[in-house]
Order: sequence, then structure tokens, then C-alpha cells
Amino acid sequence: MATEAPPPRGGADTVPVQLPTEAFVRTQQSEEFGELRRAHRSFAFPLTVAFIAWYLLYVLLSNYAGGLMGTRVVGNINVALVLGVAQFVTTFLIAWFYARHAAEKLDPRAEAIKTRMENEPRPEADA
Amino acid sequence: MSTLTLAAAGAASEHRPLIITLFGCFVVATLFITVWAGRQTKSAADFYAGGRQFTGFQNGLAISGDYMSAASFLGIAGAIALFGYDGFLYSIGFLVAWLVALLLVAEPLRNSGRFTMGDVLAYRMRQRPVRTAAGTSTIVVSIFYLLAQMAGAGVLVSLLLGITSDTGKIAIVALVGVLMIVYVTIGGMKGTTWVQMVKAVLLIAGTLLITFLVLLKYGFNVSELLGRAAENSGKGAAFLEPGLKYGATATSKLDFVSLGIALVLGTAGLPHILIRFYTVPTAKAARKSVNWAIGIIGAFYLMTIALGFGAAAIVGPAEITASNKAGNTAAPLLALHIGGADSPGGAILLAVISAVAFATILAVVAGLTLASSSSFAHDIYANVIRRGQATEQEEVRAARWATVLIGIVSIALGALARDLNVAGLVALAFAVAASANLPTILYSLFWKRFTTQGALWSIYGGLATSVVLVLFSPVVSGKASSMFPDVDFAWFPLENPGLVSIPLGFLLGWLGSLLSKEQPDRGKYAELEVKSLTGVGAH
Repeated sequence: MATEAPPPRGGADTVPVQLPTEAFVRTQQSEEFGELRRAHRSFAFPLTVAFIAWYLLYVLLSNYAGGLMGTRVVGNINVALVLGVAQFVTTFLIAWFYARHAAEKLDPRAEAIKTRMENEPRPEADA
Repeated sequence: MSTLTLAAAGAASEHRPLIITLFGCFVVATLFITVWAGRQTKSAADFYAGGRQFTGFQNGLAISGDYMSAASFLGIAGAIALFGYDGFLYSIGFLVAWLVALLLVAEPLRNSGRFTMGDVLAYRMRQRPVRTAAGTSTIVVSIFYLLAQMAGAGVLVSLLLGITSDTGKIAIVALVGVLMIVYVTIGGMKGTTWVQMVKAVLLIAGTLLITFLVLLKYGFNVSELLGRAAENSGKGAAFLEPGLKYGATATSKLDFVSLGIALVLGTAGLPHILIRFYTVPTAKAARKSVNWAIGIIGAFYLMTIALGFGAAAIVGPAEITASNKAGNTAAPLLALHIGGADSPGGAILLAVISAVAFATILAVVAGLTLASSSSFAHDIYANVIRRGQATEQEEVRAARWATVLIGIVSIALGALARDLNVAGLVALAFAVAASANLPTILYSLFWKRFTTQGALWSIYGGLATSVVLVLFSPVVSGKASSMFPDVDFAWFPLENPGLVSIPLGFLLGWLGSLLSKEQPDRGKYAELEVKSLTGVGAH
């Protein structure tokens, strides 16, 4: 059941296109959408696991490998500080990497599906 | 109550007019913005989502302003100044957490929701129970976060303006509360967003200036800065290594793991952060705003190294702890010293940094109040009480009244909590967000078998577990630093409940779905999945 009536005009909110549930089910099962989902999940899921594991490794090393973390690299700069700053660097890199992946692999696919669905001729249903 | 050191007290009382003037300028400027924004706020989308017209960069700036709270600015600088390396670990957790938001939450949320977190959580589910649950956890998380900021405001003001009387502190908490009610009721999301942008610019500029001056003093040699900090801390090389704060016992080490998990998983479940994604027109803009936020917040947290170690090297732990036991005044004291403790330069810098800290608190409380009143009006009032029959005008009116109510409640609680440990409250907000909100958000978006029962078990289970565990933890009773140091009913050894409550939240969501008699609504999931990845039919 539709839970929200579209807002009345006059505000800045756009009135979204209303499509019947069957259109979404059909799209969800299409090859095209399967590719988009794979492109998102196969990138985002492993990367999420990886950065959380890397962060946890860092937390655990801080806790249980004090000797290693205290080793000096240059002057007063030790392994702990280098690894800490490395967390910043990997965060920036992953953010940039994802933005590039999304622009190349996700946006064109999403855009194509969106355009097709919104322009698809559909029966006069008041769904 | 802690006492001010002579230098800070002298400068603070001597230059109190300057501090008050600068703060007054910020208040007048933001009120002006608020009134201007208020005149353009007509529809519900204007009030809740600022008309969805902000650019990715603007929203990134506003997200940074919403996220870098007084706990970040004052708390982390103080923690590094006193505990050295262990304080820096907060900075890392707070930043890495943004990747969860970027990779999994921001874009799908923008595509499939409208005004609140509850929009997405309830999409596939039976509306009334799930919206009630989402509204409840939004309000609980926001109030805990709000309390910490209000209590922080009281502490800050008493230290910087030399107001130590209870009446004075309550008056300041009330002032903060009234300002935030004005910002949110009049300016809505548009006003709040601009206040947050202004604050982010001020905070970054102030931090950059202090960082530059600290590095200048040591000829841009970070190693020398660290060396002086270690020497001055009295702890030697250990000051630069992990373990000073959390390394003492097996329990405190476990507590550190718990805190680390709560920090990294909490951000993507914080309602006041989530609603910011609705202020931009598209998912692409939401992605851009998170990337900007990661850049700005990351730069800020990197500078906490200079701020914290600089305070240890230049001010020294004795003066910092004499001023505030928790180290909350390390950054303002650093500003005073680096500008020259007896010169006008030092006093001006102290005034600037103090005004920035006030601005920080105001912008964050405005965001939190907006998140909780939006959720009350949109989830609970419009969709549960009125069953979706309320008009837009009625809904926005309810949101404004909810703002006034939440403002009054937090003034009252903030006045009561003015002497409590604020760090515990912030960590609790993160742990509750990670336990109650994040599992449901992720299951809703990515797991087709997720059901209403799973959502309810996960939200209420995560919420109850985290709150109960904190209640019976050393944060509340049993230790000298507890809220109630004279009684001891703590049986849970960790200060942060995340290690237990977050896995439990995920487990309950999974179990609740498997055990539910009700079949998941496949059609609704198709709608949500297609919408969340493509933006078809997005508001």
C-alpha cells in the first residue's frame, strides 16, 4: 500500500514518478539490473570487509603489540603514528577509488535503467 | 569543580568582553541567516530537507559542521594532550566510519527515502510499528548526543568566561537551548544547514591557524614537536605509544576494542547525519557530499595531532589538568599560549577559539534537534498517530512544536547533567546508533528476507541492550569518574557496550526475520532495491 501521498505542488520537492510494483519486480529480475547490483555489491561489500578488517587490525595492534607500535621509524615518529596516518591515507584512497568506480560502472547503468523505467509506456493505472 | 589557572583566568576575565563580542557576532550572523532561510521555508521538503537544493560541496561542508562536535574539537585535543597517542585513536575511528556511510548507506538512503531514517526502515515493513521503533531510537540517540553537547556548553562557558556559579551555568545551557529552538523552528533545515556551513568554515580556519602556529614554532619539524610533547608530558616515549589510557588491564583493552567498533559502525546510524543526505537533489550529489566531508573531516582530525601534542608540548599537562581534569580546555589554552600568554595576541586567539567552540556546540545541537523533531513529526505524528492523513502544514507545525518540546527537555536535562562525564554520553550515542539503527538500515537495503519482526527485534533489542549495559557500567556507578560515584550497581565491566550490543543487534535482526511467521513483501523489496540503486521515482 502506498504510504505517502505525493506532496502538493508549491514546495520545492519534486513529485516522483509513480510506477506500479510489477514494473519494479520486472526490472529487479532483468539482466541489466542484475549487472548493476553485481557492480555495486562486488565492489562495496569486499571493500567494506577489507577496511573494517584493516581498522580492527590497527586497533588490535595498538592494544596487544605495544613493542612493535613503539618502534621508531624516523626521529620521534614511531610505527604507531605511521599506521595511524596510514588509516587516514587508506580512507582518502578508498573514497576516491569508490567515486571513480561509481562514476564509471554504476552511474551509467543506473541512469539507463532509470530513463527506461520512467519513459516506459504503461497502462493507465492509478497505482 | 576545577579551577582556572592564573594565566587563563587573567586572560579570560580581562578579555571577557572580546570573547562575548565575538560570540555575539556569531549569534547575530546566524540569527540573520535563520530569518532569511525561514522566509523561504514553506513546504515540508523545505523544512525537513532544505528544499533539496544544496550542492554536494555545500552539504559536505554542512555534514562536517554537523559531525565535528565539541567532543571532537575540545575532547580529542584534550585527550591527546593528556594521554598522548591513545587520544589520537578517537580521530581515526571517527574518520574511518565515514566509509560505511559512503559505500553502503548514503546513496541508497537518498534514493529511497524522503525526510527521515524511518522512511527507509519502514519502506518494506508494516508502517506503524517500524516507524514507531525508528522514531524512538532516533529520539533516544539524539537526546543522548544532545545532552553531551549541552553539558559540554556548560563546562566550556564556566571555564572560559569564569562563570562558576550553578545559576550561571544553567543560564548558559538555557541560552544554548533557546537559540537552538529559534534556529530550528524558524530556519528549518535550510537555516540549520547554513549555520553548520558557517561553523565548519570557522572551525577549520581556527584549527588551521593554531596548527600553523604550532608547526611554525617547531620549524615544521613534526618529530621535534612530538619529542617536546613527550618530554613535557613527563611520560617520555610512552606518550607517543598506545596504551597510556587503555593499556592498563585486560578489561580496559577490551573496552578499547568495544569503543573502536562503536565508533566505526556508529556514524552511519546517526539520524542527524542521515537526514543530511536528503538535502541534495540526487544520489550522485549525496556521494559527492560524503567525499567532501571525508576530505574536510580528515584534514581536521589530522590537525588534532598538532593541536593535542602542541598543547602537551607548549602548555603542559600540569596547567591543562589544573584547568579541567578531562583536558577539555587544552585547545583554548594552547591558543592562549601560542599567541603569547601575556600579550593581546594570546587573548585574541583565546577569544577566537572560544567563540569557535560555542559555534560548534550551537550548530551540532541544531542538527540534533532537527533530526529528532523531524522524526517525531514525520514518523510518529504523521504516519503513526495520523496514519498518513495529516496535511503537510499540520506535519510541519507538529515538527515545530516538537522542536520546542525537545528544546525544553534538553535544557532541563542539560541543566541536570551539567557536571556529568560527557564522553560517556557521546560514546553511548554512537553505540546505540550502531546497535539499533545500522543493522536495520543494512538489512532493509540489502537482505530480501528481512521482515517487520526482524526490524523490531533489531531496533528495540539493540536499543535496550546498549542502554541497559551502559546503565550498569562504570560510566554510571562504582568509580570515582562515574555519574554516581557514591553507589555501585555496575556489573558490566566495559564502559562502552558496543562489543556486545552491536553483534546482538545484527543477530536479533537475522533471528527475528527467520522466526517470523510473516513472509517478507517481495514486491516492496523489488521497489526498494530498484529505487535505492537507480533513483527511479526519487523525491
